[in-house]
Amino acid sequence: MTTAPKQRPKHYDLNLAHLPPPGLVSIFHRISGALLFVPVIPALLYLMQSTLGSEAGWLQWKRVLADPAVKVVLLGFVWLYAHHFFAGIRYLLLDVHVGIAKEPARASAKLVFALGAAATLAIGWRLW
Amino acid sequence: MAYAKNPIGAHHGLNAWLLQRLTAVVMAGYTVFLLVLLLWCPPASHADWKALFSGDFVRPLTMLFFLALLYHAWVGVRDIVMDYVKPTGLRLALQTMVGAALVFYLVWSVSILWGR
Repeated sequence: MTTAPKQRPKHYDLNLAHLPPPGLVSIFHRISGALLFVPVIPALLYLMQSTLGSEAGWLQWKRVLADPAVKVVLLGFVWLYAHHFFAGIRYLLLDVHVGIAKEPARASAKLVFALGAAATLAIGWRLW
Repeated sequence: MAYAKNPIGAHHGLNAWLLQRLTAVVMAGYTVFLLVLLLWCPPASHADWKALFSGDFVRPLTMLFFLALLYHAWVGVRDIVMDYVKPTGLRLALQTMVGAALVFYLVWSVSILWGR
């Protein structure tokens, strides 16, 4: 017979506003990754299939993508990808111990958010 | 750089952790490559767009990107499932669904790139 493990106190602080920048980068890396799996990948595969499949599909999507509401959704996808991309590069650098100390790690976390927003704005500017 | 575990060797192989990073590098490279290509010569017509992805260079690179993406997504989504879903049966069911979805994406991407 084994004895049940002692109940330890649990404290979940789910308020994202209480996280320091590296923690925010981390949770958004996870959330963006999950959303890229579903719905972004299937949506982009569907878009590729329609636009590559036929001239009619290409022209139809050209019309659909002219709609500002669709552009906003697409830009949302772009931000998810951009954040995941820049946060991922930050993790690759941390893996090889570049910027591993507290201060540079905080600075690079802020940089990840800045670059993600900048990339989204740049692509938004191209789309409009 | 001191790793607790040797990343290469008979007992480790290319483990999930390392492959997740290698696939990330592959995808990052492809992302920059495709963005530059699209900005350099934006496809103006369906014919341009089709020619872009049926190129001898871009088509296999795009396939490599999808392979990297799907393996990377497998490791990542599995990590999320393992963190939040503890009951064995439910975890197994979810992982099976994720795996099935990724195999579906794979077949779909092959048919998009090589079909018709």
